[in-house]
Parts: sequence; structure tokens; C-alpha cells
Amino acid sequence: MTSHFRSIAEAGTERIHRLLDLTDHMAAVGRRPNPKVPALRGKTVCNLFFEDSTRTRMSFDLAAKRLSADTMTLAVSSSSVNKGESLRDTIETLDAMGVDAFVVRHRTSGVPWQVAQWSPAAVINAGDGWHAHPTQALLDAYTIRQRRGMTNDFTGLKVAIVGDIRHSRVARSTTEILLMLGAEVTHVAPRTLLPPTSQLPTTANLDEVIAEVDVLYMLRMQRERMGAGIVPDGGEYSRRFALDERRASALRNDALLMHPGPINRGVEMMVDPTELSQSTILDQVTNGIAARMAVLFDLLGSGEIEE
Amino acid sequence: MNNEAVLLTGALAIDESGERRLDVRVRDGVITEVGDALVVGDEDHLDISGCLLAPGFVDLHTHLREPGMPEAETIETGSRAAALGGYTAVVAMPNTDPTQDCVEVVEFVAKRGREVGLCDVRPSGSITVGRAGQQLTPIADLAAVGVHLFTDDGSGVQDEGLMRRALEYAGELGVVLAQHCEVASLTAGAVMHEGECCSHLGLPGWPALAEELMVHRDIELSRLTGSPVHLLHLSTARSVELVRAAKAEGLLVTAEATPHHISLNDERLSSFDTRYKVNPPLRTLADIEAVKAGLIDGTIDAIATDHAPHPSAAKDRPLDEAPPGMLGLETALGVARAHLDCSWQHLIGAMSWRPAKIAGLSDSQGRPIAVGEPANLVVIDPDVEWQVDPIALASRSSNTPFIGVDLKAKVRHTMFQGRVVVRDGKATA
Repeated sequence: MTSHFRSIAEAGTERIHRLLDLTDHMAAVGRRPNPKVPALRGKTVCNLFFEDSTRTRMSFDLAAKRLSADTMTLAVSSSSVNKGESLRDTIETLDAMGVDAFVVRHRTSGVPWQVAQWSPAAVINAGDGWHAHPTQALLDAYTIRQRRGMTNDFTGLKVAIVGDIRHSRVARSTTEILLMLGAEVTHVAPRTLLPPTSQLPTTANLDEVIAEVDVLYMLRMQRERMGAGIVPDGGEYSRRFALDERRASALRNDALLMHPGPINRGVEMMVDPTELSQSTILDQVTNGIAARMAVLFDLLGSGEIEE
Repeated sequence: MNNEAVLLTGALAIDESGERRLDVRVRDGVITEVGDALVVGDEDHLDISGCLLAPGFVDLHTHLREPGMPEAETIETGSRAAALGGYTAVVAMPNTDPTQDCVEVVEFVAKRGREVGLCDVRPSGSITVGRAGQQLTPIADLAAVGVHLFTDDGSGVQDEGLMRRALEYAGELGVVLAQHCEVASLTAGAVMHEGECCSHLGLPGWPALAEELMVHRDIELSRLTGSPVHLLHLSTARSVELVRAAKAEGLLVTAEATPHHISLNDERLSSFDTRYKVNPPLRTLADIEAVKAGLIDGTIDAIATDHAPHPSAAKDRPLDEAPPGMLGLETALGVARAHLDCSWQHLIGAMSWRPAKIAGLSDSQGRPIAVGEPANLVVIDPDVEWQVDPIALASRSSNTPFIGVDLKAKVRHTMFQGRVVVRDGKATA
């Protein structure tokens, strides 16, 4: 049976620990003068991006290239896919070209599972709907481990994830990996931006938790949610949930400030995070390549990274 | 003319009056003789010892897709699927293209059904023109050509004022309005039941409340107008409670539930398999138990399939694009028997004489097994366990999740107007 990387839960604890260690190794490869290794020479990785995502697509592309895999990319907004061709037709056509792994991004939850039904290739979830973004979760967990000099045991780590949890695949996957590693996660959002049900501690009062957290994870807030009957328009969201000067000063010095990017300045972020020592935002981007190399190598490699 | 003569011997006959061992002779579409040891003549003799003989099933909720979507189903393929499922009558839902909202379209469907001749195809009419929820269809004209059940199925009539007037108008014509209970403003973009599973899967949710609000509203509108209302495909525990209370008050409310809402829960969507996307969505285990209890105590009158064929080109799409619906006709009995713990007579009643009454067909369907009655009959192998063979499905589509699932009880023969249209589980035409 082909192995995939589609969600944190599906990967399981043992594999997540292995991937975190492998990410650490790949990060070291990335710091070399020549960061390219021949590990996936002759393998073909197809990036299937049915939703705009320059950053994740480029990160996957670079990760595959650093492992010497051949890459091809289909970047289409799903609405522009020929109406006569089903998703299944698209997958079967590409599969016939000889693909070892599909990297799939789609605006709808579940598409990576459907792709795996129609192709024997390995499937990596690069973000499906509001559901999962497991490589983001992996890079987030690795970034915490790296910045705090920790092992893979996050017991006692207090994390607050703030913003549009309901519509966020990042929130779902990153929450899942943090709980798996032993952290305590609180979701901070108005009720309208929380999932319909939740087993986690939740609060709508950011100020209540901000001074206590080890990690403050700010989510991107899409402007179109405001004024659409989900949250009020006119700055109320920012007043309640954005990181402003006052809240930034409440953040502990040894805490981490995380964000999956791209930042919506003036919405969830009223300060310049690059001026805050707690910010990990650029580390997350750098580690994203290592995490994706780890996932690709774990699925397609033969055990040896070097020649 | 039907001049076929058939003798059915050895079965346990079950109808509304009870059950007894009975041989049945049929000629020219009518039961001509019943007894406990009829003499075998030169007619077609079916030995059905060990089987159940019952009035044919009546489906209140079939999408035949013709006119408009021949790649999904046609009146011919849908009629054949119905016959294989033991149905001798189906009410064809109006969401065809063009809509069954005028005399011309419903007459086309009825005529095509007669030409095919595998079961009684009874077109429903839509309540509003184009199912757009704005303007009433010519309900009296449609009633005059035989339409008895009116619905905008696929969506509910959202406007309370319009629904009230529709009930007032229809009530004096002796027809029944059937509601697809869904408050649209609560289900925008919804793919599955709103609950724990949808929270986890990040799929937009369809809250139970969206059904229950309209169930409540239409019960109250029925009370106000004195007109009957039939509630389609109930799926939630609270809906069942509301109907139970309405019936206790003597209100003119009837209801149906589908085989899939008593057998499959929302966690099936964890596979992201679009065959599990239906409207209303698969609910929780607690809802399943409540709907089953409602069927068993009679709160829910009928099992209706909501047979909704879609070609794989439509279902092999992301969950938000894939249309809702699954096949039902050929598996209804097997699924219902496997999941409902009740007597055979009660189960057959929920599939035959009770829906026949709601559909206004009780002069020809769901009849007693007695001399002079029309020979619309089904023969059931009560104890056989079987699985769906996807290749053998008569439906033009194959969107059923029951492939590979153990089902209980199977249709052996179906007789429509005295003709054997299914023999040994195979369609004869």
C-alpha cells in the first residue's frame, strides 16, 4: 500500500517524531554551501495547485529540487478547469505521465483522499479546504523545537492560537500536532470563528491569555469574513483580536510569536512583527523547505540521503 | 391487454389485514382466485414456497431524471431499477429539466412511464414555477391530469406566506403538499451534518436546526390551514419528536425517512467519498436511532428512497461540487430489513400501503391480496443475505455506497398489472 502524508492524525505519533528529526537533518543540509543532495534523483513530483498559493508551491518546488527530484507544476484555479473534465480525469491523465508523488492544494476538504483513490502515487496534502495543512504543522512544530531548544516532548508548553479557527486548515493541523507532542492549546476567537463543536479550551478574550503563553500563534484573518455576518466590519475584529502595541508588550520575552503568512497587516497584525524578537515568522518560511524535504524523502527516498 | 396468467403457490401472503399462507392465481392483471391449495393449470407457475407475497412497494420519492438528465437516469432505467427493488409505483420528483411544473411536462413523464410499463410512474408537480419559490404552479390543472403530490424537492419553499397560500389553495383540491425541510439561510455551502465530525473535517455544516425549523413551521401552517402536509426525508431526532407531537394532536401531518438515514451516519464522510453526500445529510447515531424508532412506532409513515442517480463524472468531483444524492430503489428493502427491528407486516406497510395512501394511489397500490384486486405484487426472499453487484445495477448510475455491504432480504419476483416484470431477481424487459 502506498504511503501518503495527508493529515497529522493519519501519519501518527511515531512518524511525526521521525519527520521532526528528519526535518532537523534537512535543515542542516540547507545550511551547507551546496544544499542539494541526490536523494530523489529519477523521482517525479507533481505539484497540483488548484488554489492560488505562491509561497507553499515555491516551498514544495524548492524542497523537491534540493532532493534532486524532477518537478512539474499544474497551477489552476479549479474554476478554470475545463467543465467537461472531472477532477478524476485530470488525475488519471497526469498519473499516466509517470508521477511518484502528487503535492495537492485544493480549496475543498478531502481532495487529497480522492486523488489517492484515482492514482497509485503518494499524495502529500499541501492544504485542503479548512481541513488540514500537515506540512505547515510539521514546520511549526519544528520551529518551536528549534527556537526553544527542545526535544519532541512539548509537555507543559502553553500555546494560544488566535483568529479564524473555523476556516483554518493551519489551525486544525497545527493544533493536532501540538496536542500530539503534549502541548496545551487554547483557541482564541469569537464564537463565529470557532468550529461548530470543540473539545479544547476556548476563549474570546485574548488579553486573558496573552501574558501566560509560551507561543502566540496568530492566524491570517481574511478580509472577506468581515462584514459578511461573521464578524462586524469596521475594525472591531482588530480591536479584540489583533496583536497591537499594548498586547505585544504583554507578550513574555521568551515567548514565540508565530504566523503562517501571508500577514494581513492592519487586520490581525497592527505592529511590525519583524521588530519583535519573539517573532519566528521568517524561521517558519526557512524551516518549511526542510520540513517538506523531510516529507518527500520519507515517502520517496530509499533510506540514504547522501550518495 | 394483459392476458398473461400466473399461479403463485406456497407463499406467506402479507397485506394490511395480516398474514396467512395463500396461493394466488392472476389473470389479465387481476387476482382471480386465492386459496390454500390451488390446482396447477397450464399457466405460468411460480413456486414461491418460503417467500413472502405482498402488495408491491410504492416509492414516494424517486428522481427519474427524465426529462433533462439522461446521463444520470431515464424513465426506462429508473423504472427497471424500481421493479428490481420490488416497487410497482414510484412518485417521480419534479426537479427535472424542464421542471414538472406544467401539464405538458407531467403528461410527458406519465406517458413515458406507461410506454415503459415496468411500474406505475406518477409524476409529482412542483409547488412553485421552476421550483424558484416565487409563484404557484397551476395546481388545479395538474391535479386534473392526475398529479397528487406537490413538492419543490431539492429545496424547501422558503417563503412562509407563499407556503401558507399554497396549502390553502391545495387543501380544497384534495392534493398533498410535500416539503423538503431546509431553511436555506442556515445551509449555505453545506456539505455534511454540522457537528463534531464536520468540525474535525473542516467541511461546511448543515445544522439539524435547518430541517427542524421548517418541520415546525409546516406543522404550524398545516394547523392554521387545515391542509395536509407531507414531510420528506426526515433525518433528525428533533424532527421526529415534532412530528410525533403533531400526530398526537391529530394534525394532518405525514412523514417519510430514507434507508440511508437509518443506516449510515455522518462519520462516513471521513473517507471524503462523495457517495455519502446526500441532502439532508447523514446525521449522528442518535438521530439514526430516533428515526428508526419513529418508523417503528408509526410516527414516520413511510420508507422512501430519495433515489438520486448521478453519473460518475458528476460525483468524481470535490465534495463541494459533487451533487448530493445516492441510489436507493434496488437496495431499499435490503437496507431497511437489515436495520429495522420490526415485523414484516410493519416493514412492508411502510413501503407499500402507507405510502400508497399518501400518494393518492390506494385504489391500485398497496391493496389487499384478494380476488378482484389489481395484481401489483412483490415476492420477497426473507432470509437471503446478499451484496450489491455494481455491474448488475439497472440504474444508469452507480452512486450507491452499499456495494460490498451485507444486505438482508431480496426481491425475487415483481408483478406489475399482472405481468412478471422481475423474475428470479432479473428484469424480464
